Amino acid sequence: MSEVIHADHHDDVHHGPAKGMARWLFTTNHKDIGTLYLWFSFAMFLVGGVMALIIRTELFQPGLQFVQPEFFNQMTTNHGLVMVFGAIMPAMVGLANWLIPMQVGAPDMALPRMNNLSFWILPFAFGIMISTLFMDGGGPNFGWTFYAPLSTTYAPDSVTFFIFAVHMMGASSIMGSINIIATILNMRAPGMTLMKMPMFVWTWLITAYLLLAVMPVLAGAVTMMLFDIHFDTSFFNAAGGGDPVMFQHIFWFFGHPEVYIMILPAFGVVSHVIPAFARKSLFGYDSMVYAVASIAFLSFIVWAHHMFTVGMPLAGQLFFMYSTMLIAIPTGVKVFNWTATMWKGSMSFETPMLFAIAFVVLFTIGGFSGLMLAIAPADYQYHDTYFVVAHFHYVLVPGALFSIFSAVYFWFPKWTGRMYNEGMAKAHFWLSFIGVNITFFPQHFSGLAGMPRRIPDYALQFADFNMLSSIGAFIFGFSQLVFLYVLIHGIRSGVPAMARSWDGAKGLEWTLASPAPYHSFTQPPRVSNAEVHG
Amino acid sequence: MKTQNQDIRRTVKQLSLIVLGMCGFVVALVPLYDLFCDITGLNGKTGGPYIYDPASTSPDTSRLIKVSFITNTNAGMTWEFRPEKGAVRVHPGELKEVNFYVRNTSEKVMVGQAIPSLVPVAAAEYFHKTECFCFNQQVLQPGEEMLMPMRFIVGRELPANVQSISLSYALFDITDAIGDVALANTSLR
Repeated sequence: MSEVIHADHHDDVHHGPAKGMARWLFTTNHKDIGTLYLWFSFAMFLVGGVMALIIRTELFQPGLQFVQPEFFNQMTTNHGLVMVFGAIMPAMVGLANWLIPMQVGAPDMALPRMNNLSFWILPFAFGIMISTLFMDGGGPNFGWTFYAPLSTTYAPDSVTFFIFAVHMMGASSIMGSINIIATILNMRAPGMTLMKMPMFVWTWLITAYLLLAVMPVLAGAVTMMLFDIHFDTSFFNAAGGGDPVMFQHIFWFFGHPEVYIMILPAFGVVSHVIPAFARKSLFGYDSMVYAVASIAFLSFIVWAHHMFTVGMPLAGQLFFMYSTMLIAIPTGVKVFNWTATMWKGSMSFETPMLFAIAFVVLFTIGGFSGLMLAIAPADYQYHDTYFVVAHFHYVLVPGALFSIFSAVYFWFPKWTGRMYNEGMAKAHFWLSFIGVNITFFPQHFSGLAGMPRRIPDYALQFADFNMLSSIGAFIFGFSQLVFLYVLIHGIRSGVPAMARSWDGAKGLEWTLASPAPYHSFTQPPRVSNAEVHG
Repeated sequence: MKTQNQDIRRTVKQLSLIVLGMCGFVVALVPLYDLFCDITGLNGKTGGPYIYDPASTSPDTSRLIKVSFITNTNAGMTWEFRPEKGAVRVHPGELKEVNFYVRNTSEKVMVGQAIPSLVPVAAAEYFHKTECFCFNQQVLQPGEEMLMPMRFIVGRELPANVQSISLSYALFDITDAIGDVALANTSLR
């Protein structure tokens, strides 16, 4: 055994990061791969953001000014796909790569080579998907939910490329999830029992199981589309005995757990940031774990609330309405616990904390509009209106995305060894916060007044709300350049950071130097009680 | 270290089984969905040919159910398609025949397939058809017209709160798809 340790040590001396591009292409280091994931998702975030701004430019005024309706449809579709699969999900996986091994005291992920593969699939998948925009007949134009027969009988020819891109993303996610679960279950430092794991690790463990369960369902749905398009089957074609409604059931059986895949790691991030800046330990750790587990379970039995209007029997509508409302209980527990953590804490308001508090408030607003949508009889009016758009943007932008911002600022000193510029970061926060609310809050009203989603032109009475929304979108969009500036400035010339960069931060990662050494925890650390439940 | 690698390998195997299981599940979803809809009638599809035994069924003259017919043609289908009567009133248990008129208005031979859908869905399992053009495909020469019969019985067990039933037929152009023999043999209803 001593020989083995000696050999490892000998390796370390010569085994720093490789030079040049080879470091990034062939790396099996969890920190490198985490960095790749995070920069990739940031690039996709900007691409999806440009698409959003094209949409908002067209909607600035009623009438058609800038783009044709066909192109507008491609923009709404690709904006959704790029943001969900290209920006939010890879960012969460990037955080998982960087943080999980450090937080559980492991030297690396369990399957480092597969880790490299699951990242490098993604640029190709998105290369294929975005290239469809330049093909004859245009890219996917059927909405990110790709309902059949819009995505089969009436789809542009490029739909086949879209299908393969989705397959590749699914393969990447499944491999990433297997890796994360294998790491968490087998590589925790001695003494770190499941109920002593940091919340971010807990939320990702459950998220990874959700991914394993539903990614094959998504793959199945697009495979059936492929067969309907090219091999004359009739899974979703009524003329051949199939059923288009079945597509919606299969899609949302994937789609609803998918929305929790995007938000559960966000819950984990916020459960680290709020205790650190309230200088108290997380209130109700156990109940947080059980709440996440129950949300994950419930996510499998509520899918049809996305399709109340397809003509379900009363019993079905009632079942999906009540089961959906049930989710408010564990979610309420979480919001209560975050609030209780802040209660009588010695709070300070650095940028990660600002984003975390904004997350709690604005995500709760998104949760309430979700409750409104869960009411089956009321949903008949809200269905496919801008109210739905406002709802899911409130949970995804100031929800998932703000938590990613919060995480990046919070762990930035650990990753880079330097502090970012607090003043500029606060400017980024306030511009984003104001921009998001100007963009999405008016959409509640235009939606309740009946403005349908996915239209390039609209009735005159919605003009004011839409103009406001577009102004907010441009504020929000351009404030992300401030974010980019803060990152680059911090990496290049930030003030050197201490090992424990925030005085209230707890957890094994803060016992490492800043920046975290390329190989960390090659010997399992001792887990002290002071560092658990960070 | 060695035991940890074995543990990881075991976990990966277990997780791969979950993935395989979910792949199997999504394949099974299609027949399960059809079965579920068959049993509950939830997607408004009516059943296949029904064997009518006049001896065992007598009309329930205390109730009169209004059955309305709706026809439409799917995108790209140029045929003329309409019911002879927009609605009929029947007693539960009584056999009734309605004709549907169809004409190929195009210049080429075409194949059509009608797909039924019924509301309220609670009535779907009590709506029995002894003969229906939707059980077969129709091949029409250019300009050819046809009267297609549909015979049905509304079951006597029809829930008491159902007073009217709407039966809709969507007519699809399957000329291009019919090259596939397998499609022709599937049990279309």
